[in-house]
Amino acid sequence: MHTQAESNPPIVELVGITKTFPGVLANDHIDLTLRGGAVHCLLGENGAGKSTLIGILCGLIRPDEGTIRIDGVEAAISSPRRALEHGIGTVHQHSTLIPALTVLENLMLGDTRRVRLDEAGARARLRDLATQLGIEIEPDTKAVDLALGHQQQVEIIKALWRGSRVLILDEPTSMLTPQGVAELAKVLARLKERGQAVIFITHKLHEALTLGDEVSVLRQGRVVGRIDGERMRSSSHDELRAEIVRMMFVEDPATVADVAELREDIIETAPRRVGREAEVVLELRGLTAPGEGTERGIDGVSLELRQGEILGVAGMDGNGQRVLAEAIAGQRRATHGDVLLFGSSVVRLRVSGRQKLGLRYVTDDRLGEGIVGILPVGLNLFLKRVGEAPFWRHGRIQRAVVEGRAAELVHEYDVRTPFISTRISTLSGGNIQKILLARELSWEPQVVVFHKPTYGLDVKTTATVRDLIRKIAADGGAALVISTDLDELVEISERIAVLSRGELVGVVDNGPGAAERVGELMVGSSGLEAA
Amino acid sequence: MTSTGTTAGEHPLSAPRRRPRRSLRGEWLLDVVMRSIVPVLLALVAGGVLLAALGRNPFTFYGSIWTGGISAGAWQDSAIRMAPFLLIAAGLTLIFRANIWNLGYNGQFLLAAALVSGYAPKLVNDVPLWLAFAVLFLLAGAVGAVWTVVPSVLKAKYGTNEIITTLMMSFIGIDVASILIKGPFHDPSTPLPQTAVVPLDKMLPSIPGTRIHIGLLVAFGAVLVVHWLLTRTSWGLRLQVMGANPRAARHFGIDLPRLIIVSFAASGFLVGLAACADIMGLWGYIRTGWNPAYGDTIIPFVFLARLNALAVVPFVAFFSVLSTGGDLAAQQANLPTDFLLVLVGLILLFMTVIEYLGRQRELGASYVPAGLREAFRLRRRTA
Repeated sequence: MHTQAESNPPIVELVGITKTFPGVLANDHIDLTLRGGAVHCLLGENGAGKSTLIGILCGLIRPDEGTIRIDGVEAAISSPRRALEHGIGTVHQHSTLIPALTVLENLMLGDTRRVRLDEAGARARLRDLATQLGIEIEPDTKAVDLALGHQQQVEIIKALWRGSRVLILDEPTSMLTPQGVAELAKVLARLKERGQAVIFITHKLHEALTLGDEVSVLRQGRVVGRIDGERMRSSSHDELRAEIVRMMFVEDPATVADVAELREDIIETAPRRVGREAEVVLELRGLTAPGEGTERGIDGVSLELRQGEILGVAGMDGNGQRVLAEAIAGQRRATHGDVLLFGSSVVRLRVSGRQKLGLRYVTDDRLGEGIVGILPVGLNLFLKRVGEAPFWRHGRIQRAVVEGRAAELVHEYDVRTPFISTRISTLSGGNIQKILLARELSWEPQVVVFHKPTYGLDVKTTATVRDLIRKIAADGGAALVISTDLDELVEISERIAVLSRGELVGVVDNGPGAAERVGELMVGSSGLEAA
Repeated sequence: MTSTGTTAGEHPLSAPRRRPRRSLRGEWLLDVVMRSIVPVLLALVAGGVLLAALGRNPFTFYGSIWTGGISAGAWQDSAIRMAPFLLIAAGLTLIFRANIWNLGYNGQFLLAAALVSGYAPKLVNDVPLWLAFAVLFLLAGAVGAVWTVVPSVLKAKYGTNEIITTLMMSFIGIDVASILIKGPFHDPSTPLPQTAVVPLDKMLPSIPGTRIHIGLLVAFGAVLVVHWLLTRTSWGLRLQVMGANPRAARHFGIDLPRLIIVSFAASGFLVGLAACADIMGLWGYIRTGWNPAYGDTIIPFVFLARLNALAVVPFVAFFSVLSTGGDLAAQQANLPTDFLLVLVGLILLFMTVIEYLGRQRELGASYVPAGLREAFRLRRRTA
């Protein structure tokens, strides 16, 4: 199979693709060759230029320089429609299905050639494609009722619907359970058998190694390394890992040693250190709060967080995570149930009242609610303490105190900002997250709720954030980590609670096999109880 | 890290703070000129072209504005006009900073004016003058503030769009003022629908050596207080955070409903003060049908000043000169005084053009916050 793939003629060739955005060289003379029957992994940190390259391939972005050859003929991909006509189909990171329509209707949306919809033909085509990919899809299910893994399969079929030969998968595993990833791997194998060229974007190293036939590593808009199919097969995973890590972080090998995920193949699981006798610092009793709009609410959530503990809350996106976090933080009113901090009910207190008791909330919506973009870094660090001494006295701001303390925090949390008077909106996502962490953690944190603390961060910042979370627990605090990244929860937490459809469907003690059990709980019925 | 170990001065990040400020200052200045001064200049040029097309000499016209608005003591008339403008501008700046659109200023103003005119003639005779002025100012402010309560509570509790509710309350306020003037406050000695006139010697005293009443000082004081509130206090920061990002404000634990109600009331209070300054400093009475709609003319200048309470002062001064001198200039040129509104309209037009170009060329930040575009769109539909 593999040897065949390399002799296949290239379907798409990118030569010297360059794209500049104001102030950013997003793609710098990128060469890329995609052949049928092979999975080409595009690996890189956030901001490495992956999204731009994908945008160029699927017709959303026009390159400034460089040529694209399709079947050896120079071509321009001037629009998404042209991309489809060239046989390039894309599965975006977030679902593009219309929830209220059935699977079949969603697929037929792409058929704009005829006025009348050919339902029978579509049904046959769906059956045909599903068989080829080895998956089962009920054509008349509404998209909203599909599990995320199945939604993705429909997306893949949708991308193949018009005979695509090149399939772009943009971070396809970010929303999947371990079981979902395994199924995706099977689908990928079938796609390769069909002679499909697949381009697989990820920032997870182990996925690139297990799923890819070839790997290209992007850094700062350039292809900094490439491992071809021959090398992928002949070298061991450890050798490849070491090589890729060198490519990704060549400028600073010392830091690589700090990054746990890159060191070890098997993610270490945190041993249980906290006994049942430790004090319960945060307790939820049947907490119920409504959602808003498309946001799912929570229903009767009960859990206990003990001193020194890191408790993970796993679940697919959209299962009530935000409402849970906000109901604990006091941003959202609970309709039933109770929140207890150190044994006393705080359900009547609002955000600032709970903050005074040592509760901190690191929001996932960093840009939307975590910062005020037009204000400088310095002020943003203290926006949860507006009016409080020593930063304000008699309602008047104490500039020297604010700036002095801000400078300390910027240093301590290694925030890369030109000045503390810089507008915060100009900083990168990782630096903004460091500022949010500094804001919450620099101020006697007792119980900290983290919501997707490392989402969208690069590997180094991710490691820093996880260390900070561990430090809170080690220092006698407690952390509730709500995350959709199961690997993360397995790495840092002692127990993992599973949130599904707004309900807590079980709590799993972390350890070998925990990820699988959590995955089962995620997809299983809510009636399933875990030990 | 101890707090003594790293002081602000030593830290590399805070030490060179002054440098970027200075380099930014050039940009800032360009921004101010481009967005605030250029529209005014363009409007004057375009107005000149228009005058020439109408067969008038634009230089003579603008010359008469100068003579009628500034020279030979005319500047004092201009300054008198500034008082209500500045107070309304302060009130609007404050609430617009919170991204809340109090468009009910006309109702707040007229209702306060009606109550002041109704009670003043009796009050100035019954109690010491200074006390009467204090009571009247407070009364006017309170009336303006009370008239914001319905919109602000609706917004705070149910998120009702304040643009609609303030406009509705404005219409109601204007009519209630009219009813008051015809009814309880009607001066029985005249058949005209107006209140009794405050005697000239019982009006607000002048600043010594001028004809300008002390209402202008109240106005300047209010502008300074608003500017100080917005830039130096925790309350002002909360207001700004709410205006810039209400979701963040909720996340930070800011009591949004309270802040909405208080800032709304403060805005109405300042509009009310404007009414008192105008009635007690200039007119001395009110009749039905009188609606100077100061707020409508002042809004463009509030935005030209980029919602900065101090920066609004020169614009208001400019407009006062324009309107004072314009009366005379229009008369001499045999034009209706409405021609001045054409000039204001041209300023708005060029603001919009530069706003558009600005967004195309990224000429710094917009002076029209996102919420405002919405506001004006809605406004046109309801008006």
